[in-house]
Amino acid sequence: MNWRRLIAPRALFWWGLLAVTWGLSSTSFQLYKAFDARWIIRFPKAWELPLETWISDAMRWLLEDATFGLFTFRELTRFISAIIEVPYDVARAALADGFVQGQGSNAVEIAPSLSWIAVIVIMVVLGRVARDWGLALLVGVCFLYLAIFGQWGSAMVTLASVVIAVPIGVAGGLALGILSFRMPWVERALRPVLDLMQTVPVFAYLVPILFLFGFGPVAALVATVIYAMPPMVRVSTVALQTVPPEVVEAGQMAGCTKRQMMWKVLVPSAAPTLMVGVNQVIMLTLNMVIIASMIGAGGLGFDVLSALRRLDIGGGIEAGLAIVVMAIALDRVSQAFSTRLPAEVKGRDLSYVQRHPWFATVFAVVVLTYIAGLFVPTVQDYPDAATLTTSAFWEDAMRYVNVTFFDTFEAIKDVFLTYLLLPVKRFFTGIPWAWGIIAAGLAAARVGGWKLGVMAALMTAFIAANGLWNKAMITVYLCGVSVLIAYAIGVPLGIWAGQNARAHRWVGAFIDTLQTLPSFVYLIPVVMLFRVGDFSAMIAVVLYALAPAVRYAAHGMRAIEPEMIEAGLVSGCTRRQLLWRVKLPLAAPSLLLGLNQTIMLALSMLVITALVGTRDLGQEVYIALTKANTGQGIVAGLSVAFIAIIADRIVSAMARHSKESLGLA
Amino acid sequence: MKFTSAISAAALAAAFAVPAFSPAFAEVESQDPIRLTTHDWTGQIVNTTILGEILKKAGYNVELVQADYIAQFAGLKTGDLHIATEIWETTGREAMDEATATGDVVNMGEGGMQAIEEWWYPTYMEERCPGLPNWEALNDCAAEFATSETAPMGRYLGGPVTWGGFDEERVEALGLDFEVVHAGTDAALFAELESAYQRQAPILLWIYSPHWSTVKYDGSFVEFPPHTPECYDDPSWGVNPDAAYDCAKPTGPIWKVAWAGVEEKWPGAAEILRNYTLTNDEMGALVVAVDIEDQSIEDVANTWMEQNAAKVDGWIN
Repeated sequence: MNWRRLIAPRALFWWGLLAVTWGLSSTSFQLYKAFDARWIIRFPKAWELPLETWISDAMRWLLEDATFGLFTFRELTRFISAIIEVPYDVARAALADGFVQGQGSNAVEIAPSLSWIAVIVIMVVLGRVARDWGLALLVGVCFLYLAIFGQWGSAMVTLASVVIAVPIGVAGGLALGILSFRMPWVERALRPVLDLMQTVPVFAYLVPILFLFGFGPVAALVATVIYAMPPMVRVSTVALQTVPPEVVEAGQMAGCTKRQMMWKVLVPSAAPTLMVGVNQVIMLTLNMVIIASMIGAGGLGFDVLSALRRLDIGGGIEAGLAIVVMAIALDRVSQAFSTRLPAEVKGRDLSYVQRHPWFATVFAVVVLTYIAGLFVPTVQDYPDAATLTTSAFWEDAMRYVNVTFFDTFEAIKDVFLTYLLLPVKRFFTGIPWAWGIIAAGLAAARVGGWKLGVMAALMTAFIAANGLWNKAMITVYLCGVSVLIAYAIGVPLGIWAGQNARAHRWVGAFIDTLQTLPSFVYLIPVVMLFRVGDFSAMIAVVLYALAPAVRYAAHGMRAIEPEMIEAGLVSGCTRRQLLWRVKLPLAAPSLLLGLNQTIMLALSMLVITALVGTRDLGQEVYIALTKANTGQGIVAGLSVAFIAIIADRIVSAMARHSKESLGLA
Repeated sequence: MKFTSAISAAALAAAFAVPAFSPAFAEVESQDPIRLTTHDWTGQIVNTTILGEILKKAGYNVELVQADYIAQFAGLKTGDLHIATEIWETTGREAMDEATATGDVVNMGEGGMQAIEEWWYPTYMEERCPGLPNWEALNDCAAEFATSETAPMGRYLGGPVTWGGFDEERVEALGLDFEVVHAGTDAALFAELESAYQRQAPILLWIYSPHWSTVKYDGSFVEFPPHTPECYDDPSWGVNPDAAYDCAKPTGPIWKVAWAGVEEKWPGAAEILRNYTLTNDEMGALVVAVDIEDQSIEDVANTWMEQNAAKVDGWIN
């Protein structure tokens, strides 16, 4: 690190900005008293935009009056939900509930659901087809875990919604991706929409979705798809754009029509990249499991929630780990599919069974277990008597830690609160809103040009004009401190993992678990150890936002060309110099990307930490949810999204600069 | 591939399908399922499950739908949802009044239970703060309840801000040396209680009943000056002549509500709903059976149905 850069004239701008902001922040209260001008610290009520009411009114109109002549808007959305409900019911019947005819007490079971053995065999075969027996074994063990730990029923309900949400998300994402590939204006129009879809917290639009799509699993599916689709759109656009021109030319020479070109040439050759998008959709769908269960999706998410409401920490951990295990299985299989080589085509003279041995196996197992299940119940349902539980162990462990270490934790917490959290909080909440708008604009303009500056200033003004200034500043403070700590822990971990293959494996597994384990599972133990308050929220955010900091740092380290390191060694660098003078500067763009992602995850987690008890925008969104106030939720959600977008643009611009200065761009 | 498996399963099911005949079980007005809402606390789910069993016994088809406590009113107004068994006077009154005012939702009377919400402390605190449960003792031991963040004030853990409750106003009006900290959800609220209880550490928090916590943990509610409506409306009433809210929180019934169309579509079911009640004691026992003794909700509901068969038959006819 070159410390002289900190006093270079370029840096003076930042020092100046910080000094003015700090000065105003620490004196804003006195200024307000001195001039008797309350508008300095509070945005005047009279100027506030009545946006909340407008949105709520618009929503009411959409629900009650909007019509296309032949049918109303609500009939349209209800029609869509009826369409989604059909395959969902089939999937759920096949995996969890069994097929029944008739309703309620008159119901007659036609056929049971797939037996647990059949589902495991299907998954194992998928693993084998995707790669090899090793993967098949992993997947089999994962699903066996679900049966042995008594999570089977709920897991299958969750799997049913994954099986429906993922194809919808993938198909929708691919369709939008193709549109943006064909028409550049669609891409330009979609980009801000996708940004919003990824940054507006899900809680903010749950209420309108419930109103439009009805109560129950379908609404949860719709919310899941909205949340999980954006990466698929982005990935498919990029995948199609990067198909080598030679391939396209070959297609043209063969005389492809436009449609043939798309489906026979472009999509197949982009398939490996497209599978990366599919993988993302699967992971995000599983991320949504908890939130979806809050609006009626049931399954593992509901088990986690209800266990933790009973303070059954062990039960919560077990159900949470079931989600992790399922995520790992689905993630590995879909990744394997993305790198799989096309299978050779078998001769046509073979019989159907010989040509499709795996499908035939699955079919045979399904039929056999169905018949056997009629006589032997354990074939159909995993026997309850053979399930294990570790609930008591977790319970005791938690009690031990709580009783033994609470005072130590309390002392550590006090240090953090006094020397870090509270000063930062005072700094941010003290900034007068008017200066905040200017400062955000100046900072953004300095990094990314005047256009970005204007955008940042407008977005900040939007937040202030909706009376959310104070909550937004608490959001920035909590998010800032958490990102700082996550980054300080994550980057060294990543650097270590990037230089050491063994460490890479362990750190990778740890990070995967942290990211797929529903945050609820550790939220409640954190509250037990650190009480309700900002510190608990911070720990939860750090745990969740750690992953990208580690991943990108490790990636940056591994992507350095060996020649560069050799050059460093040849010029006589010590290990320390090699790290600080060669590796870190070269990894800087990657580190900045990691910072960007850490900020995004921290912001998305803040909405969840509202459940612990914070006073930020996350809380505003959550309050809106519990009061079913559409307008309030969307305005607060947009404010979160704007903070995220400003941060994203600034950090991206910094990454671009650092790439340019390294000559990598 | 997952598609294939789902489709082949569906095909299988069709192949094995038996021509279905479903004779009506009993003479009821409509075989359409009645949708009852369940929320995210055990007591309400047990309550709704029992009502569902009763309706089934009377021959109706019943579906339990998970829905948010407040958001459900949107569904009740349109007839997407039909019956909600627990709207608490203390937390749901506003939303309920708004919904019944539209005429699409009907209040079906009291559910038999009384909601209590108040400041609560575990029994072991009586040694450290001998004046309890009298509220006047609170100030003498504010230091006992203090944490490093609130010192020298005591720390009172309130419910989520959406629950209302006027605790800041109460602290102000009664001159209590306490700071109100809001938990975000009741899961966080009870997590702190569990933690403090394990360590026998001081804690003062908002607890509501009927709830499993009052059964699992030994403790009592703080006794504030009794609540009257004037106390909340009229500053001059009560200990502090200049401030309202210088008294306990109100208690109130838990209401049953239904979509207005229930009355026409399933008049018999509406009648049963009006009759159906559970007492605080019954609910306490049911919740303990589920949350502390780890029985399944279905088993607990069925046991209750067996024990109360005569009462249930009386409601049905």
